[in-house]
Amino acid sequence: MSAPLLRFERVRAGFGSLEVLRDVDLEVHAGEFVALVGPSGCGKTTILNLASGWLAPSGGRVERASRVRMVFQQDGLFPWRTVAENVRLGLRHVADEAERARREAEFLALVDLAPFAGHYPHQLSGGMRQRAELARALAGDTGLLLMDEPFSSLDYLARLRMRAELARLLTEQPRTVVLVTHDIEEAAQLADRVLVLSERPARIRDEVRLQAPRPRAATDPDVVRAVHHILTLLGLESDREAPALAPVEVP
Amino acid sequence: MPARALRGAWLGLVGPAALVAVWAIVASLRLFPESLFPTPLAVARGLGIELRSGRLWDDVVASLFRVLTGFLLAVALGVPAGLAVGRSRWAREAFLPLVNFFRSLSPLAWIPFAILWLGIGDPPAIFLIFMAAFFPVVLSTGAAVASIPSVYFRVARDLGLQGSERLWQVTLPAIAPQVITTLRVTAGLSWLVVVAAEMIAGRDGLGFAVWDARNGLRIDLLAANMVVIGVIGVALDLLLMGLTRIPSVRWGYER
Repeated sequence: MSAPLLRFERVRAGFGSLEVLRDVDLEVHAGEFVALVGPSGCGKTTILNLASGWLAPSGGRVERASRVRMVFQQDGLFPWRTVAENVRLGLRHVADEAERARREAEFLALVDLAPFAGHYPHQLSGGMRQRAELARALAGDTGLLLMDEPFSSLDYLARLRMRAELARLLTEQPRTVVLVTHDIEEAAQLADRVLVLSERPARIRDEVRLQAPRPRAATDPDVVRAVHHILTLLGLESDREAPALAPVEVP
Repeated sequence: MPARALRGAWLGLVGPAALVAVWAIVASLRLFPESLFPTPLAVARGLGIELRSGRLWDDVVASLFRVLTGFLLAVALGVPAGLAVGRSRWAREAFLPLVNFFRSLSPLAWIPFAILWLGIGDPPAIFLIFMAAFFPVVLSTGAAVASIPSVYFRVARDLGLQGSERLWQVTLPAIAPQVITTLRVTAGLSWLVVVAAEMIAGRDGLGFAVWDARNGLRIDLLAANMVVIGVIGVALDLLLMGLTRIPSVRWGYER
Protein backbone atom coordinates (compact mmCIF):
# COMPACT_ATOMS: atom_id res chain seq x y z
CA MET A 1 0.00 0.00 0.00
CA SER A 2 1.15 3.57 -0.67
CA ALA A 3 2.50 5.84 2.07
CA PRO A 4 -0.26 6.90 4.46
CA LEU A 5 -1.89 10.31 4.02
CA LEU A 6 -2.08 10.70 7.78
CA ARG A 7 0.01 8.95 10.36
CA PHE A 8 0.03 9.06 14.17
CA GLU A 9 2.98 7.46 15.91
CA ARG A 10 2.65 6.89 19.66
CA VAL A 11 0.86 10.23 19.94
CA ARG A 12 0.19 11.64 23.38
CA ALA A 13 -1.86 14.69 24.18
CA GLY A 14 -3.13 16.38 27.30
CA PHE A 15 -4.31 19.64 28.76
CA GLY A 16 -2.36 20.48 31.90
CA SER A 17 -2.57 17.48 34.18
CA LEU A 18 -5.41 15.92 32.17
CA GLU A 19 -4.14 13.11 29.97
CA VAL A 20 -6.39 12.84 26.91
CA LEU A 21 -4.57 10.54 24.51
CA ARG A 22 -2.09 7.82 25.35
CA ASP A 23 0.10 6.27 22.67
CA VAL A 24 -2.28 6.47 19.74
CA ASP A 25 -1.08 4.85 16.52
CA LEU A 26 -3.09 5.51 13.42
CA GLU A 27 -2.60 5.30 9.68
CA VAL A 28 -5.03 6.58 7.11
CA HIS A 29 -4.40 5.79 3.46
CA ALA A 30 -5.54 7.63 0.36
CA GLY A 31 -9.15 6.97 -0.49
CA GLU A 32 -10.00 5.50 2.89
CA PHE A 33 -12.94 6.53 5.04
CA VAL A 34 -12.08 6.08 8.69
CA ALA A 35 -14.54 6.75 11.49
CA LEU A 36 -13.68 7.27 15.14
CA VAL A 37 -16.26 6.40 17.78
CA GLY A 38 -16.06 6.23 21.52
CA PRO A 39 -17.47 7.44 24.81
CA SER A 40 -18.18 11.16 24.95
CA GLY A 41 -15.30 13.24 26.22
CA CYS A 42 -12.79 10.51 25.39
CA GLY A 43 -10.66 12.65 23.10
CA LYS A 44 -12.14 12.01 19.65
CA THR A 45 -12.10 15.69 18.74
CA THR A 46 -8.57 16.02 20.11
CA ILE A 47 -7.45 13.45 17.53
CA LEU A 48 -8.94 15.59 14.76
CA ASN A 49 -7.34 18.73 16.14
CA LEU A 50 -3.98 16.99 16.13
CA ALA A 51 -4.60 15.74 12.59
CA SER A 52 -5.40 19.24 11.36
CA GLY A 53 -2.40 20.75 13.13
CA TRP A 54 -4.57 22.99 15.32
CA LEU A 55 -3.06 21.22 18.35
CA ALA A 56 0.49 19.96 18.77
CA PRO A 57 1.02 16.56 20.39
CA SER A 58 2.77 16.46 23.76
CA GLY A 59 4.55 13.30 22.66
CA GLY A 60 4.99 11.20 19.55
CA ARG A 61 4.65 12.30 15.92
CA VAL A 62 1.86 13.40 13.61
CA GLU A 63 2.61 13.30 9.88
CA ARG A 64 0.37 14.71 7.20
CA ALA A 65 1.02 14.22 3.49
CA SER A 66 -1.74 16.55 2.40
CA ARG A 67 -3.46 19.82 3.10
CA VAL A 68 -6.58 19.34 5.20
CA ARG A 69 -10.02 20.86 5.47
CA MET A 70 -12.18 20.43 8.51
CA VAL A 71 -15.97 20.31 8.64
CA PHE A 72 -17.30 21.39 12.00
CA GLN A 73 -20.29 20.41 14.10
CA GLN A 74 -22.23 23.52 13.22
CA ASP A 75 -21.95 27.08 12.10
CA GLY A 76 -18.57 26.85 10.50
CA LEU A 77 -19.95 28.93 7.64
CA PHE A 78 -19.20 32.64 7.83
CA PRO A 79 -22.62 34.19 8.54
CA TRP A 80 -21.61 37.49 6.91
CA ARG A 81 -21.13 35.81 3.54
CA THR A 82 -23.71 34.30 1.24
CA VAL A 83 -23.65 30.60 0.45
CA ALA A 84 -21.93 31.30 -2.87
CA GLU A 85 -19.39 33.61 -1.22
CA ASN A 86 -18.61 30.94 1.38
CA VAL A 87 -18.04 28.34 -1.33
CA ARG A 88 -15.90 30.84 -3.25
CA LEU A 89 -13.71 31.21 -0.16
CA GLY A 90 -13.10 27.50 -0.39
CA LEU A 91 -11.78 28.05 -3.91
CA ARG A 92 -9.14 30.60 -2.93
CA HIS A 93 -6.34 28.38 -4.21
CA VAL A 94 -7.76 28.58 -7.77
CA ALA A 95 -5.95 31.49 -9.41
CA ASP A 96 -8.01 31.82 -12.59
CA GLU A 97 -11.18 33.84 -12.01
CA ALA A 98 -13.27 32.17 -14.72
CA GLU A 99 -12.28 28.75 -13.46
CA ARG A 100 -13.22 29.77 -9.93
CA ALA A 101 -16.67 30.91 -11.04
CA ARG A 102 -17.17 27.67 -12.97
CA ARG A 103 -16.23 25.52 -9.98
CA GLU A 104 -18.32 27.62 -7.61
CA ALA A 105 -21.39 26.88 -9.75
CA GLU A 106 -20.40 23.24 -9.98
CA PHE A 107 -20.10 22.76 -6.23
CA LEU A 108 -23.31 24.64 -5.53
CA ALA A 109 -25.10 22.37 -7.99
CA LEU A 110 -23.43 19.34 -6.46
CA VAL A 111 -25.05 20.01 -3.07
CA ASP A 112 -28.31 21.23 -4.63
CA LEU A 113 -27.96 24.76 -3.35
CA ALA A 114 -27.77 26.65 -6.64
CA PRO A 115 -31.16 28.36 -6.01
CA PHE A 116 -29.87 29.51 -2.61
CA ALA A 117 -26.54 30.89 -3.80
CA GLY A 118 -27.41 34.42 -2.70
CA HIS A 119 -28.87 33.43 0.68
CA TYR A 120 -27.08 34.00 3.95
CA PRO A 121 -26.50 31.00 6.23
CA HIS A 122 -29.03 32.17 8.83
CA GLN A 123 -31.71 32.04 6.16
CA LEU A 124 -31.13 28.31 5.58
CA SER A 125 -32.11 25.16 7.49
CA GLY A 126 -29.50 23.23 9.46
CA GLY A 127 -29.22 20.56 6.79
CA MET A 128 -28.76 23.13 4.03
CA ARG A 129 -26.05 24.85 6.06
CA GLN A 130 -24.21 21.57 6.49
CA ARG A 131 -24.47 20.92 2.74
CA ALA A 132 -23.03 24.36 2.05
CA GLU A 133 -20.23 23.68 4.47
CA LEU A 134 -19.53 20.35 2.75
CA ALA A 135 -19.38 22.14 -0.58
CA ARG A 136 -16.92 24.68 0.79
CA ALA A 137 -14.72 21.93 2.25
CA LEU A 138 -14.83 19.82 -0.93
CA ALA A 139 -14.04 22.91 -3.00
CA GLY A 140 -10.71 23.05 -1.20
CA ASP A 141 -9.56 20.08 -3.26
CA THR A 142 -7.56 18.84 -0.28
CA GLY A 143 -6.67 15.20 -0.07
CA LEU A 144 -7.85 14.86 3.49
CA LEU A 145 -11.23 15.84 4.90
CA LEU A 146 -11.64 15.90 8.68
CA MET A 147 -15.20 15.89 9.98
CA ASP A 148 -16.09 16.61 13.59
CA GLU A 149 -19.59 15.29 14.27
CA PRO A 150 -20.81 17.17 11.21
CA PHE A 151 -24.45 16.04 11.45
CA SER A 152 -24.93 15.91 15.20
CA SER A 153 -27.02 19.08 15.35
CA LEU A 154 -29.56 17.72 12.85
CA ASP A 155 -32.66 15.68 13.61
CA TYR A 156 -32.59 11.96 12.85
CA LEU A 157 -34.20 12.06 9.42
CA ALA A 158 -32.08 15.01 8.29
CA ARG A 159 -29.06 13.11 9.53
CA LEU A 160 -29.98 10.05 7.46
CA ARG A 161 -30.41 12.29 4.43
CA MET A 162 -27.02 13.97 5.02
CA ARG A 163 -25.30 10.59 5.34
CA ALA A 164 -26.65 9.54 1.96
CA GLU A 165 -25.67 12.95 0.59
CA LEU A 166 -22.10 12.61 1.88
CA ALA A 167 -21.79 9.09 0.47
CA ARG A 168 -23.03 10.35 -2.90
CA LEU A 169 -20.66 13.35 -2.87
CA LEU A 170 -17.73 11.08 -2.13
CA THR A 171 -18.49 8.90 -5.14
CA GLU A 172 -18.39 12.03 -7.30
CA GLN A 173 -15.54 13.79 -5.48
CA PRO A 174 -13.49 11.04 -3.85
CA ARG A 175 -11.63 12.15 -0.74
CA THR A 176 -9.88 10.57 2.17
CA VAL A 177 -12.04 11.15 5.23
CA VAL A 178 -11.59 10.94 8.97
CA LEU A 179 -14.97 11.25 10.67
CA VAL A 180 -15.48 11.67 14.38
CA THR A 181 -18.96 10.80 15.54
CA HIS A 182 -20.91 9.56 18.51
CA ASP A 183 -23.40 8.00 16.11
CA ILE A 184 -22.28 4.40 15.70
CA GLU A 185 -24.77 3.67 12.96
CA GLU A 186 -23.45 6.66 11.01
CA ALA A 187 -19.90 5.40 11.41
CA ALA A 188 -20.80 1.90 10.27
CA GLN A 189 -22.83 3.10 7.30
CA LEU A 190 -20.18 5.46 5.95
CA ALA A 191 -16.74 4.13 6.87
CA ASP A 192 -14.38 1.46 5.63
CA ARG A 193 -12.92 1.16 9.09
CA VAL A 194 -14.42 2.13 12.43
CA LEU A 195 -11.94 2.71 15.22
CA VAL A 196 -13.38 2.27 18.70
CA LEU A 197 -11.72 4.40 21.35
CA SER A 198 -11.45 3.63 25.05
CA GLU A 199 -12.35 5.91 27.95
CA ARG A 200 -9.95 8.77 28.64
CA PRO A 201 -6.97 8.61 28.31
CA ALA A 202 -8.04 7.31 24.92
CA ARG A 203 -6.38 4.50 23.09
CA ILE A 204 -7.66 2.74 20.01
CA ARG A 205 -9.08 -0.40 21.53
CA ASP A 206 -10.59 -1.99 18.48
CA GLU A 207 -10.97 -1.76 14.75
CA VAL A 208 -14.04 -2.90 12.84
CA ARG A 209 -13.70 -3.32 9.08
CA LEU A 210 -16.65 -3.21 6.74
CA GLN A 211 -16.56 -5.25 3.56
CA ALA A 212 -19.72 -4.10 1.79
CA PRO A 213 -18.89 -1.53 -0.90
CA ARG A 214 -19.81 2.15 -0.31
CA PRO A 215 -22.33 3.72 -0.53
CA ARG A 216 -24.41 1.38 1.58
CA ALA A 217 -27.79 1.53 3.27
CA ALA A 218 -28.22 2.05 6.99
CA THR A 219 -29.90 -1.36 7.12
CA ASP A 220 -27.25 -3.19 5.09
CA PRO A 221 -26.57 -6.51 6.94
CA ASP A 222 -22.87 -5.61 7.11
CA VAL A 223 -23.77 -2.29 8.79
CA VAL A 224 -26.17 -3.93 11.24
CA ARG A 225 -23.54 -6.52 12.11
CA ALA A 226 -20.89 -3.82 12.63
CA VAL A 227 -23.23 -1.76 14.83
CA HIS A 228 -23.98 -4.79 16.96
CA HIS A 229 -20.27 -5.59 17.23
CA ILE A 230 -19.33 -2.05 18.26
CA LEU A 231 -22.17 -1.79 20.78
CA THR A 232 -20.99 -5.08 22.29
CA LEU A 233 -17.45 -3.72 22.50
CA LEU A 234 -18.75 -0.69 24.33
CA GLY A 235 -20.67 -2.92 26.72
CA LEU A 236 -24.03 -1.61 25.53
CA GLU A 237 -25.33 -4.86 24.03
CA SER A 238 -24.71 -8.44 25.03
CA ASP A 239 -23.62 -11.02 22.49
CA ARG A 240 -26.95 -12.30 21.23
CA GLU A 241 -25.37 -14.94 18.97
CA ALA A 242 -24.13 -17.13 21.82
CA PRO A 243 -27.25 -18.41 23.60
CA ALA A 244 -29.40 -19.09 20.57
CA LEU A 245 -32.87 -20.30 21.48
CA ALA A 246 -33.21 -24.02 21.21
CA PRO A 247 -36.03 -24.97 18.86
CA VAL A 248 -39.11 -25.94 20.80
CA GLU A 249 -40.21 -29.40 19.98
CA VAL A 250 -43.91 -29.98 19.66
CA PRO A 251 -44.87 -33.23 21.22
CA MET B 1 -41.49 52.44 0.47
CA PRO B 2 -43.28 49.22 1.42
CA ALA B 3 -46.73 49.65 2.94
CA ARG B 4 -45.63 48.46 6.36
CA ALA B 5 -42.74 50.94 6.56
CA LEU B 6 -45.08 53.71 5.48
CA ARG B 7 -47.55 52.77 8.18
CA GLY B 8 -44.67 52.69 10.69
CA ALA B 9 -43.68 56.21 9.69
CA TRP B 10 -47.25 57.45 10.16
CA LEU B 11 -47.64 55.66 13.49
CA GLY B 12 -44.39 57.26 14.61
CA LEU B 13 -46.11 60.64 14.37
CA VAL B 14 -48.99 59.64 16.67
CA GLY B 15 -46.92 60.09 19.83
CA PRO B 16 -45.58 63.55 18.98
CA ALA B 17 -49.04 64.71 17.83
CA ALA B 18 -50.61 63.53 21.10
CA LEU B 19 -47.86 65.24 23.09
CA VAL B 20 -48.38 68.57 21.33
CA ALA B 21 -52.14 68.27 21.89
CA VAL B 22 -51.75 67.65 25.63
CA TRP B 23 -49.18 70.44 25.81
CA ALA B 24 -51.57 72.86 24.08
CA ILE B 25 -54.40 71.92 26.44
CA VAL B 26 -52.28 72.31 29.57
CA ALA B 27 -50.95 75.65 28.29
CA SER B 28 -54.48 76.89 27.54
CA LEU B 29 -55.58 76.09 31.11
CA ARG B 30 -53.15 78.78 32.32
CA LEU B 31 -52.05 76.73 35.31
CA PHE B 32 -48.63 78.34 35.01
CA PRO B 33 -47.71 81.88 34.01
CA GLU B 34 -46.92 82.14 30.30
CA SER B 35 -43.38 83.26 31.11
CA LEU B 36 -42.69 79.81 32.61
CA PHE B 37 -44.74 77.56 30.34
CA PRO B 38 -44.71 78.48 26.65
CA THR B 39 -47.55 77.47 24.32
CA PRO B 40 -46.79 75.28 21.28
CA LEU B 41 -47.62 78.26 19.09
CA ALA B 42 -45.08 80.47 20.89
CA VAL B 43 -42.44 77.80 20.45
CA ALA B 44 -43.25 77.45 16.76
CA ARG B 45 -42.91 81.22 16.41
CA GLY B 46 -39.59 81.02 18.31
CA LEU B 47 -38.43 78.41 15.87
CA GLY B 48 -39.37 80.75 13.04
CA ILE B 49 -37.39 83.60 14.59
CA GLU B 50 -34.31 81.39 15.03
CA LEU B 51 -34.62 80.05 11.48
CA ARG B 52 -35.00 83.49 9.88
CA SER B 53 -32.10 85.01 11.78
CA GLY B 54 -29.91 82.18 10.46
CA ARG B 55 -28.71 81.52 13.95
CA LEU B 56 -30.38 78.12 14.28
CA TRP B 57 -28.62 76.87 11.18
CA ASP B 58 -25.24 78.09 12.46
CA ASP B 59 -25.83 76.45 15.83
CA VAL B 60 -26.86 73.14 14.27
CA VAL B 61 -23.78 73.13 12.04
CA ALA B 62 -21.49 73.99 14.99
CA SER B 63 -22.92 71.23 17.19
CA LEU B 64 -22.96 68.61 14.45
CA PHE B 65 -19.38 69.43 13.50
CA ARG B 66 -18.22 68.89 17.09
CA VAL B 67 -20.15 65.66 17.51
CA LEU B 68 -18.98 64.31 14.19
CA THR B 69 -15.33 65.15 14.88
CA GLY B 70 -15.29 63.87 18.45
CA PHE B 71 -17.30 60.76 17.62
CA LEU B 72 -15.30 59.81 14.51
CA LEU B 73 -12.07 60.35 16.42
CA ALA B 74 -13.32 58.09 19.21
CA VAL B 75 -14.33 55.39 16.71
CA ALA B 76 -11.12 55.68 14.67
CA LEU B 77 -9.00 55.19 17.78
CA GLY B 78 -11.42 53.13 19.88
CA VAL B 79 -12.05 50.28 17.42
CA PRO B 80 -8.33 49.51 16.88
CA ALA B 81 -7.75 49.79 20.64
CA GLY B 82 -10.67 47.41 21.20
CA LEU B 83 -9.25 44.96 18.66
CA ALA B 84 -5.94 44.96 20.54
CA VAL B 85 -7.58 44.61 23.92
CA GLY B 86 -9.96 41.89 22.73
CA ARG B 87 -7.33 39.77 21.07
CA SER B 88 -4.82 39.56 23.85
CA ARG B 89 -5.65 38.36 27.29
CA TRP B 90 -2.61 40.20 28.59
CA ALA B 91 -3.84 43.50 27.18
CA ARG B 92 -7.32 42.83 28.59
CA GLU B 93 -6.07 42.28 32.09
CA ALA B 94 -3.72 45.24 31.91
CA PHE B 95 -6.07 47.84 30.45
CA LEU B 96 -9.68 46.91 31.11
CA PRO B 97 -9.75 48.24 34.70
CA LEU B 98 -8.48 51.57 33.38
CA VAL B 99 -10.99 51.64 30.54
CA ASN B 100 -13.76 50.89 33.02
CA PHE B 101 -12.54 53.66 35.31
CA PHE B 102 -12.75 56.28 32.57
CA ARG B 103 -16.00 54.89 31.27
CA SER B 104 -17.57 55.33 34.69
CA LEU B 105 -16.33 58.89 34.94
CA SER B 106 -19.02 61.25 33.69
CA PRO B 107 -17.59 63.23 30.79
CA LEU B 108 -19.15 66.31 32.39
CA ALA B 109 -16.61 66.02 35.21
CA TRP B 110 -13.97 66.85 32.62
CA ILE B 111 -15.57 70.20 31.77
CA PRO B 112 -13.37 72.32 34.07
CA PHE B 113 -10.20 70.70 32.77
CA ALA B 114 -11.45 70.96 29.21
CA ILE B 115 -11.85 74.71 29.62
CA LEU B 116 -8.55 75.16 31.48
CA TRP B 117 -6.61 73.21 28.88
CA LEU B 118 -8.44 74.02 25.69
CA GLY B 119 -10.32 77.25 26.28
CA ILE B 120 -13.72 77.90 24.72
CA GLY B 121 -15.23 76.75 21.41
CA ASP B 122 -14.67 73.62 19.35
CA PRO B 123 -11.65 71.99 21.09
CA PRO B 124 -13.15 71.51 24.59
CA ALA B 125 -16.44 70.19 23.17
CA ILE B 126 -14.66 67.75 20.85
CA PHE B 127 -12.48 66.63 23.74
CA LEU B 128 -15.51 65.99 25.96
CA ILE B 129 -17.33 64.06 23.22
CA PHE B 130 -14.22 62.00 22.65
CA MET B 131 -14.01 61.21 26.38
CA ALA B 132 -17.67 60.15 26.37
CA ALA B 133 -17.48 57.91 23.31
CA PHE B 134 -13.96 56.47 23.26
CA PHE B 135 -14.12 54.18 26.29
CA PRO B 136 -17.47 52.50 25.55
CA VAL B 137 -16.25 51.88 21.98
CA VAL B 138 -13.03 50.25 23.26
CA LEU B 139 -14.91 48.16 25.77
CA SER B 140 -17.58 46.81 23.48
CA THR B 141 -15.23 46.26 20.55
CA GLY B 142 -12.94 44.35 22.89
CA ALA B 143 -15.82 42.27 24.22
CA ALA B 144 -17.03 41.56 20.69
CA VAL B 145 -13.59 40.41 19.56
CA ALA B 146 -13.11 38.23 22.63
CA SER B 147 -16.42 36.48 21.98
CA ILE B 148 -15.86 35.60 18.31
CA PRO B 149 -16.39 31.81 18.11
CA SER B 150 -12.99 30.17 17.62
CA VAL B 151 -14.45 28.05 14.83
CA TYR B 152 -14.24 31.08 12.50
CA PHE B 153 -10.50 31.38 13.09
CA ARG B 154 -10.04 27.66 12.54
CA VAL B 155 -11.90 27.89 9.25
CA ALA B 156 -9.79 30.93 8.36
CA ARG B 157 -6.67 28.91 9.04
CA ASP B 158 -7.89 26.02 6.85
CA LEU B 159 -8.67 28.51 4.10
CA GLY B 160 -5.28 30.18 4.40
CA LEU B 161 -6.58 33.56 5.58
CA GLN B 162 -3.87 35.31 7.56
CA GLY B 163 -2.82 38.74 8.76
CA SER B 164 -4.72 41.65 7.27
CA GLU B 165 -6.87 39.31 5.15
CA ARG B 166 -8.01 37.60 8.33
CA LEU B 167 -8.69 40.98 9.95
CA TRP B 168 -10.83 42.26 7.07
CA GLN B 169 -12.55 39.03 6.13
CA VAL B 170 -13.09 37.40 9.52
CA THR B 171 -12.50 39.56 12.59
CA LEU B 172 -14.15 42.80 11.44
CA PRO B 173 -17.23 41.23 9.81
CA ALA B 174 -17.65 39.01 12.87
CA ILE B 175 -17.84 42.01 15.24
CA ALA B 176 -19.67 44.35 12.85
CA PRO B 177 -23.22 43.85 14.22
CA GLN B 178 -22.11 44.48 17.80
CA VAL B 179 -19.98 47.47 16.80
CA ILE B 180 -22.89 49.03 14.91
CA THR B 181 -25.05 48.75 18.03
CA THR B 182 -22.31 50.44 20.01
CA LEU B 183 -22.04 53.21 17.43
CA ARG B 184 -25.74 53.92 17.88
CA VAL B 185 -25.42 54.09 21.65
CA THR B 186 -22.28 56.22 21.66
CA ALA B 187 -23.56 58.59 18.96
CA GLY B 188 -26.55 59.25 21.23
CA LEU B 189 -24.18 59.77 24.13
CA SER B 190 -22.10 62.22 22.10
CA TRP B 191 -25.20 64.21 21.23
CA LEU B 192 -26.08 64.43 24.94
CA VAL B 193 -22.60 65.58 25.82
CA VAL B 194 -22.25 68.26 23.15
CA VAL B 195 -25.26 70.15 24.53
CA ALA B 196 -23.84 70.10 28.06
CA ALA B 197 -20.38 71.06 26.82
CA GLU B 198 -21.68 74.03 24.82
CA MET B 199 -23.77 75.30 27.70
CA ILE B 200 -20.61 75.86 29.68
CA ALA B 201 -17.70 75.99 27.26
CA GLY B 202 -19.37 77.35 24.14
CA ARG B 203 -20.02 80.57 22.31
CA ASP B 204 -22.29 78.89 19.78
CA GLY B 205 -24.00 75.56 19.16
CA LEU B 206 -27.40 74.32 20.27
CA GLY B 207 -26.31 73.90 23.89
CA PHE B 208 -25.17 77.51 24.01
CA ALA B 209 -28.43 78.60 22.36
CA VAL B 210 -30.37 76.90 25.18
CA TRP B 211 -28.20 78.62 27.76
CA ASP B 212 -28.42 81.97 25.99
CA ALA B 213 -32.23 81.75 25.77
CA ARG B 214 -32.43 80.97 29.45
CA ASN B 215 -30.23 83.99 30.30
CA GLY B 216 -32.46 86.18 28.13
CA LEU B 217 -35.57 84.65 29.73
CA ARG B 218 -36.75 83.68 26.25
CA ILE B 219 -38.39 80.38 27.16
CA ASP B 220 -40.01 80.19 23.72
CA LEU B 221 -36.53 80.09 22.11
CA LEU B 222 -35.30 77.74 24.81
CA ALA B 223 -38.05 75.20 24.09
CA ALA B 224 -37.60 75.67 20.33
CA ASN B 225 -33.94 74.72 20.63
CA MET B 226 -34.86 71.73 22.79
CA VAL B 227 -37.19 70.51 20.08
CA VAL B 228 -34.42 70.85 17.50
CA ILE B 229 -31.95 68.97 19.73
CA GLY B 230 -34.38 66.07 20.17
CA VAL B 231 -35.27 65.88 16.49
CA ILE B 232 -31.62 65.81 15.44
CA GLY B 233 -30.92 63.09 18.03
CA VAL B 234 -33.67 60.93 16.53
CA ALA B 235 -32.37 61.63 13.02
CA LEU B 236 -28.83 60.61 14.01
CA ASP B 237 -30.08 57.29 15.33
CA LEU B 238 -32.18 56.67 12.23
CA LEU B 239 -29.12 57.33 10.12
CA LEU B 240 -27.00 54.84 12.07
CA MET B 241 -29.86 52.35 12.15
CA GLY B 242 -29.51 52.31 8.37
CA LEU B 243 -26.21 50.48 8.91
CA THR B 244 -28.10 47.53 10.40
CA ARG B 245 -29.82 47.03 7.05
CA ILE B 246 -26.56 46.15 5.28
CA PRO B 247 -27.13 42.52 4.13
CA SER B 248 -23.81 41.22 5.46
CA VAL B 249 -24.61 42.27 9.05
CA ARG B 250 -28.25 41.11 9.19
CA TRP B 251 -27.20 37.78 10.71
CA GLY B 252 -26.25 39.59 13.90
CA TYR B 253 -29.79 40.87 14.44
CA GLU B 254 -31.90 38.00 13.12
CA ARG B 255 -30.52 35.09 15.07
